[in-house]
Amino acid sequence: MSAQNNYFIPEPSKWPIIAMLSMFALLMGGAFAFNDVVIGNYLLVLGSILLVYMFYGWFSDVIKESLGGKYGKQEDISFRQGMMWFIASEFFFFLCFFGSLYYLRDISGAWLAGEGYLAITKDVLYPEVSSVAVAWPNNGPANVGGDFQAMGATGIPLINTILLLTSGVTLTFAHHALKAEHTKHLVLWMWATIALGLTFVGFQAYEYIHAYNDLNLTLGAGVYGSTFYILTGFHGFHVVMGSIMLVVIALRCAKNHFKPEKHFAFEAVAWYWHFVDVVWLGLFIFVYWM
Amino acid sequence: MTTTTMDIAHDNDHHDDHGPQKGWRRWVYSNNHKDIGSMYLIFSLVMLILGGASAMAIRAELMYPGLQLLEPDLYNNIVTNHALVMVFGAVMPAAAGLANWMIPLMIGAPDMALPRMNNLSFWLLPAAAIMLVLSFIVPFFPGGGSQINTGWTLYPPLSLQVGMAMDFLIFTVHLLGVSSVLASINIIVTIFNMRAPSMTLWNMPIFVWTWLVTAFLLILILPVLAGGVTMLLFDRHLGTSFFDAAGGGDPVLFQHLFWFFGHPEVYVLLLPSIGVLSHIIPAFSYKPLFGRKSMIGAMILLASIGMVVWAHHQYTIGMSSAAVSYFMIGTILISIPVGLMKFNFIATMWRASMTFEAPMLFAISIVAMFVFGGLTGVMLAIVPADLQYQDTMFVVAHFHYVLMPGAVMALFAGVLYWLPKWTGNMYNEKLANWFFWTSLIGFNGTFFVQHFLGLAGMPRRIVDYPVQFTEFNFISSVAALIYGLSHILFLYLVIQTIRGKGTTKAKSRSWKGAKGLEWEVASPAPFHTWDSAPTVDAEGEIKQK
Amino acid sequence: MKKLATLLGLLLSFSSHAEYGLNFPDPVTDIGQEIYDVHMFTMWIATVALIIVFAIMLFALIKFRKSKGYKADQNFHKTWFGNWAWVLVPVMVLGVDFWIAGRAQSTLDKFWDAPKQNCAHENADAKHCFDMNIKVIGHQWWWEYEFPEHGVDFNGKFYPIKVESRPLEEEDASEGNYLRDVDNVLVIPVDTVIRYLNTSVDVLHAWWLPEFGFKRDAIPGYILETWATVRKEGIFRGQCAELCGTWHAKMPIVVKAVSKDEFKQWIESEKAKLLAELKDANSNKDWSKDELMVKGKKVYDTMCAGCHNVNGQGLGVAFPALKGSPIALGSANQHIDIVLNGKKTMPGWKHLSDVDLSAVITYERNAWGNNASVVKPADIKSAR
Ligand code: HEA
Ligand code: HEA
Ligand code: HEC
Ligand code: CUA
Ligand SMILES: [Cu+2]
Repeated sequence: MSAQNNYFIPEPSKWPIIAMLSMFALLMGGAFAFNDVVIGNYLLVLGSILLVYMFYGWFSDVIKESLGGKYGKQEDISFRQGMMWFIASEFFFFLCFFGSLYYLRDISGAWLAGEGYLAITKDVLYPEVSSVAVAWPNNGPANVGGDFQAMGATGIPLINTILLLTSGVTLTFAHHALKAEHTKHLVLWMWATIALGLTFVGFQAYEYIHAYNDLNLTLGAGVYGSTFYILTGFHGFHVVMGSIMLVVIALRCAKNHFKPEKHFAFEAVAWYWHFVDVVWLGLFIFVYWM
Repeated sequence: MTTTTMDIAHDNDHHDDHGPQKGWRRWVYSNNHKDIGSMYLIFSLVMLILGGASAMAIRAELMYPGLQLLEPDLYNNIVTNHALVMVFGAVMPAAAGLANWMIPLMIGAPDMALPRMNNLSFWLLPAAAIMLVLSFIVPFFPGGGSQINTGWTLYPPLSLQVGMAMDFLIFTVHLLGVSSVLASINIIVTIFNMRAPSMTLWNMPIFVWTWLVTAFLLILILPVLAGGVTMLLFDRHLGTSFFDAAGGGDPVLFQHLFWFFGHPEVYVLLLPSIGVLSHIIPAFSYKPLFGRKSMIGAMILLASIGMVVWAHHQYTIGMSSAAVSYFMIGTILISIPVGLMKFNFIATMWRASMTFEAPMLFAISIVAMFVFGGLTGVMLAIVPADLQYQDTMFVVAHFHYVLMPGAVMALFAGVLYWLPKWTGNMYNEKLANWFFWTSLIGFNGTFFVQHFLGLAGMPRRIVDYPVQFTEFNFISSVAALIYGLSHILFLYLVIQTIRGKGTTKAKSRSWKGAKGLEWEVASPAPFHTWDSAPTVDAEGEIKQK
Repeated sequence: MKKLATLLGLLLSFSSHAEYGLNFPDPVTDIGQEIYDVHMFTMWIATVALIIVFAIMLFALIKFRKSKGYKADQNFHKTWFGNWAWVLVPVMVLGVDFWIAGRAQSTLDKFWDAPKQNCAHENADAKHCFDMNIKVIGHQWWWEYEFPEHGVDFNGKFYPIKVESRPLEEEDASEGNYLRDVDNVLVIPVDTVIRYLNTSVDVLHAWWLPEFGFKRDAIPGYILETWATVRKEGIFRGQCAELCGTWHAKMPIVVKAVSKDEFKQWIESEKAKLLAELKDANSNKDWSKDELMVKGKKVYDTMCAGCHNVNGQGLGVAFPALKGSPIALGSANQHIDIVLNGKKTMPGWKHLSDVDLSAVITYERNAWGNNASVVKPADIKSAR
């Protein structure tokens, strides 16, 4: 006969609507601020405050419910699948930028350089531009933003690769410690991971300063600068978010919130971190190296 | 099979938790799939009126040559707004509303898998709508910049010239994207994880299947659109050169990103409606859907091919001949899955015992009109010929022929079909018939003649046209007015049914031929349903004890 | 539904009478004729497919109704047909698809394979070469045409012939060529292979003449090639077919196809005009303020008004007003600098002549109530 459904349906909650208000304020603020309308800045501040409040409140509720034993196997599966598809959507977000990089380098870039289907473009419009000037990395036939230097792969990017890969390993160690119920090791490995992540962010910031000050590699440096910053920028943003999430999880680990058989939150953040890791590998190969 | 006359509200609305909250909290804090579904549907109705009002403004301006009502920029602003409001405000939320209402009912789940996120998905829409309307009106305030005159495709460099309104629109797209992605995640998880244990994927209702495929599509394509408009934002304000040849970029890159989203998006609009028809046609044919499995196969094929043919909107932009041949062949191959779906519908009617209630009338005419629109789609897909058709009224005619029957009318049909379940009252059949016939005539009158206009050389997106196009534009505008007014009947009908005055009470199985779990619960459906999962047989019906 | 079918039949029977404006107008180019044939071919297939579908539906609607007492066949989907329809239908549709695609492919290949060599070139392939190029340049909101092979030599430099084709101001919507008339038409010879090189200086446009049978976008920063041979003399009218902003609806294209001899005459007269203009611009004549203002208004209205507005008040926040602008009223050097070199969205205008630049700058400094210095061509020369 019919099986009893015990699926946990939460009480009506105010957090979604606060989440909506915070996003609304942030984006409205953004739209105004980009156009130098003063109210934009206030909205941005308001939105950020609401956002922090919302995350804190919503996740507090979830943690309470989780500790209160409200979540069974089925709920756990819901969360896992939800997180998985969320990461899938993030993946396509980055794919958009990688795809653009490919198109600008190998398709339209070739046309501007006088090759491929629209090769005639160069003959007619840019006869005086040397083909070296429009070979990748370039800032276009008009040398937009002035001469610049591309970012090499060795040096900071390589170090950063090693940092992120190591952080993936330390996070896995943490996971093993969690399964072994070894809280002390768990917390240690968590903080090690966070330290690696923050070091990465630090290096990345240093790299940006270096690029702006010494290489004249700016957002305005033609397509190279554009693709470089949009890819590394959004990645860096994800690392920062991931680090914050790791800090929260680390604190929860210290409070012994997780059981070997039940630690969805830990795993979700771990997946996210690994995802950020994989994106970085793509970045290292396609942005810095090739 | 169950006896169709069975009218027992299954003993599944006993539960220890409480009913709806009182007052505004019920809606604002809601995590009930039915309430959220209703909010989606009401929201989409409001947006339909807004989008329809802009459509009426477009047609009024085009009634005669010359500039009568609208300044050129205002005209294009309205066209942009019309398209975005209709696509993102009316059709997608209506489909999401049906999903919210029906999916848990159809698969025997107590609610959506992630109820709080469900609420967020909905409430992001009003926020987005406010920003969308702001993007429309901001230019009328001092310092508000120029109007959005780019059309819904937002192609740069034109969109780089627009003032701050464009930034509102870009962020609107972000909000809509977040909303739809969250809703899609929720739907996928609900379908995979919340089905009654005895319901396999194969015997899951087709409407649920179409939404599963749609949700996947949305998760794959919306982030790309979000990324594309983000690049637009960067080009506008941060000095990047993604879409500027001088800096090594290419304006056409944006078109690729837009249509990588945009083409699958039309199947996002289409699929839920295919799902609705897959329930209505068998119900009024009194026999099972023909080719259930091929239907599922076809929709998966449709989504897969649909992902890789986007550049058929860009035949005129200069792609190599290999590329255009590929996109041409890919695009016409879509006629295979769609043809199969339409064939299955017709085969369901074959040797059936049809009755012609309003949902069925709609369904039949939708199949016919959609085939017509689909065939003009195939004409557009043919590269050499599209070099002539592209950006003419012929395209406008094509896509309204697929969008209106394929998406909007099918949603109307679905609303009529399920209204008794939602409200507990049967709608007024006579009024519904009036609505059907007036909208059928109005619709065809509006858009059929636009084929001629396009072929004869009238471009789209023009506020004013050479005199030789006067007659057909006049016909189109008059018919559009009829069509627009016919919607008043629909509004009246819905309100009347909700209030229950002059209507009859609905049975739990409101249509004799209707199958599926949603007809096992009482009409109107109680606030909580399926607290205990039903056991279903291979046809998706409750198993007899 | 039946109504639709009959209407479509009507459309087909009218198809040979272009003046009814129901179908594709009679093409005048070789490639247009082929495209027209592809169009008719697919339209016929679509019509037949539509009639078949409608006929089957109609039959079912008449026959299989409950009111007629027809009992549903609950096992129809389990017959052999029900079991195999999922193979049969796709195979049939696939066949039709390939039939259509195959028919279209040869035309596609031909159109896409634009000739790369001038027939005048000694080792050109006589069967696949072009006789002349025309550069088609889209502007907000008018068209410019350039004949790279036809022009005059002046001071050791080659100046190609250019035609600036702007919409005529007609207010009367009842006039015959309302929205389809320009001041200077593009003149081309018939029976000549012409390669069109489309580009744009601001936003996307598309160059389209329905009688030619195709359109091609004009993309800023890129060149798109097309080619066509016109077979019929006459005047052909079309318009811009890609949304390009405010006056997209008013960006007509008028082409006058003439005999080869007539074309030669036209070119010669254009050359003479161009030469006179060049002499004028390069003479050391001292331009008076009034002369500069008149010339400047012309340049301004065509080049600058798209962004800064004819009334000098700019457009929105992005495009600054020049009326009362500190730059337009301030030092001339700064003004010259920004116009020559551009700034962010503002393009540089180095390619304009000294006279044009001095004229437009003078105009900006003295129009709409502005009141500042006059800039002479010599000032521009020294600023370059
Ligand atoms: C619900 C929305 C929807 C749907 C379902 C479709 C379906 C299709 N569309 Fe359409 N389309 C749009 C919405 C839609 N479209 C919109 C909004 C635009 C314009 C966007 C803009 O520019 O603003 C557009 C534009 C558009 C273009 C670009 C035109 C241009 O700008 O130049 C093309 C070109 O290929 C095209 C093709 C097709 C094809 C081949 C199908 C196919 O899926 C159709 C398949 C169906 C059938 C073929 C009929 C049923 C099949 C049979 C009866 C079997 C027998 C058939 C054969 C043997 C062929 N569409
Ligand atoms: C789902 C999407 C959708 C829907 C439902 C519609 C519905 C309609 N559309 Fe449109 N349309 C688009 C999507 C859609 N459209 C898109 C994507 C474009 C391209 C935009 C671009 O180029 O960028 C477009 C463009 C477009 C154009 C071309 C503009 C141009 O290129 O210059 C026209 C012109 O006729 C038009 C007309 C109409 C009409 C008359 C309706 C009617 O069906 C509307 C009927 C509905 C109502 C009227 C509302 C309900 C009515 C009432 C509540 C009663 C009160 C009403 C009255 C005052 C009479 N639409
Ligand atoms: C594509 C749009 C565009 C066109 C065409 C254009 N401008 Fe501009 N112009 C701009 C923009 C944008 C600015 C603002 C630049 C900035 O300050 O960042 C500007 C600034 C200026 C300024 C400085 C005004 C001030 O107060 O800052 C002058 C002078 C000017 N333009 C003259 C011209 C002239 C002369 C022409 C034509 C020959 C012209 N512009 C054509 C977009 C354009
Ligand atoms: Cu130029 Cu439209
Ligand atoms: Cu498409």
